[in-house]
Amino acid sequence: MNIHHHLDEATLLRYASGDLDSAFTMVVAAHLAMCDSCRQAARDAEEIGGHMMDRVAQAPVSSNAFEKMMARIDAGQDEQIEVDVSRHKKADSDVPLPLRNLIGDHLDDVRWRLVAPGVRKHEIKMGKKGESSLYMLNISPGMAMPEHGHGGAEMTLILSGAYRDKLGVFGPGDVADLDEHIEHQPVVEPGEACICLVATETPTRFKDFIVRLMQPFVRI
Amino acid sequence: MAQNDEEVDRVDDPAVLKQAMVRVAQAQDREAFQLLFSYFAPRVKAVLLKAGSQESQAEDLMQDVMMTVWRKAKLYAPERGSVNAWVFTVARNARIDLLRRASSRPYDDVYEIELESDVASGEDNMFETERAERVSEALAELPEDQRQIIELGFIEDMSQSEIAKKLDLPLGTVKSRMRLAYGKMKSKLEAVR
Ligand SMILES: [Zn+2]
Ligand SMILES: [Zn+2]
Repeated sequence: MNIHHHLDEATLLRYASGDLDSAFTMVVAAHLAMCDSCRQAARDAEEIGGHMMDRVAQAPVSSNAFEKMMARIDAGQDEQIEVDVSRHKKADSDVPLPLRNLIGDHLDDVRWRLVAPGVRKHEIKMGKKGESSLYMLNISPGMAMPEHGHGGAEMTLILSGAYRDKLGVFGPGDVADLDEHIEHQPVVEPGEACICLVATETPTRFKDFIVRLMQPFVRI
Repeated sequence: MAQNDEEVDRVDDPAVLKQAMVRVAQAQDREAFQLLFSYFAPRVKAVLLKAGSQESQAEDLMQDVMMTVWRKAKLYAPERGSVNAWVFTVARNARIDLLRRASSRPYDDVYEIELESDVASGEDNMFETERAERVSEALAELPEDQRQIIELGFIEDMSQSEIAKKLDLPLGTVKSRMRLAYGKMKSKLEAVR
């Protein structure tokens, strides 16, 4: 896959240390499923964790800790799991593996709700109250978003189609990993709808965003 | 006790740990697992305590983490990273699942993808050992202010904003120190590539 826009380094570190909440973890994992180079980078970041753990002052464990564990294994409740790598290979799926657990195997099966002319949304319920929200957008070709900033971090992964803004063209596999300081105006490229997976830090902001989307303008 | 320490010193070698891990995955070798247990259990427990667990909870969670190391041994890919890093991720995932009541499933999915992506193994194995050494080198050389932020994030399970609050720094400074630390490590790694 030809990917041009990758995860920010601070995001990779947050993923590796477990600092991201459910919604952002999902977008990052879905990008990693598509991007060899970020997957390598995430592994490097996890090596940092390994190194730090190696150097903590050790805490004594109870004297029969190992026997306890062997007893659990003997009781047969903790058998080793076999790894099924065929799930990912499923040739007919156009959804990255981590996301399949939430929306199924095919983008075609997603149930969209029209939220503005040319803009469809599918909310994914996960995480806890007050955490970031996760949703998918399906935006018609040629459609332009109003210029907007973000109340907090926003991460968008393109699953199909493409959009263009001042940061460049974002196509399948590309991720826009934006902090609250970025203002942009995405315009969907002509030809096909742009389907993307989005995590946003402040769910309320999306409301004004949609309100402003109610007066969309179409590019040429 | 002294004997125990000696044993632990002896296994303080990435290649020995890796070999033991492979034996656990391929042959359910309990002796190899005991070696891993004696090395990692006190470290995993220490990390859990630092992340805010109480003593008895940390002991139980350590048991769960080490059990997962046994159960998911086949998910570990020796050509892709150190055993240290892998055990760290198992402990991290336990924190996410059990302490935060969220799901670490996406992390496991990424590991599965990793397992089947086409990377040659033989040469990579050596390469990977060198990578882990370079990471250690880079982190050993980090200035204290960057190292501290990395430790708070990876070991004490603090978010970037919690770190900013604790150290009385703007969030942007925390982020840029993290990026600096990562960048240093990356340039070391690129030198071996
Ligand atoms: Zn990438
Ligand atoms: Zn935006």
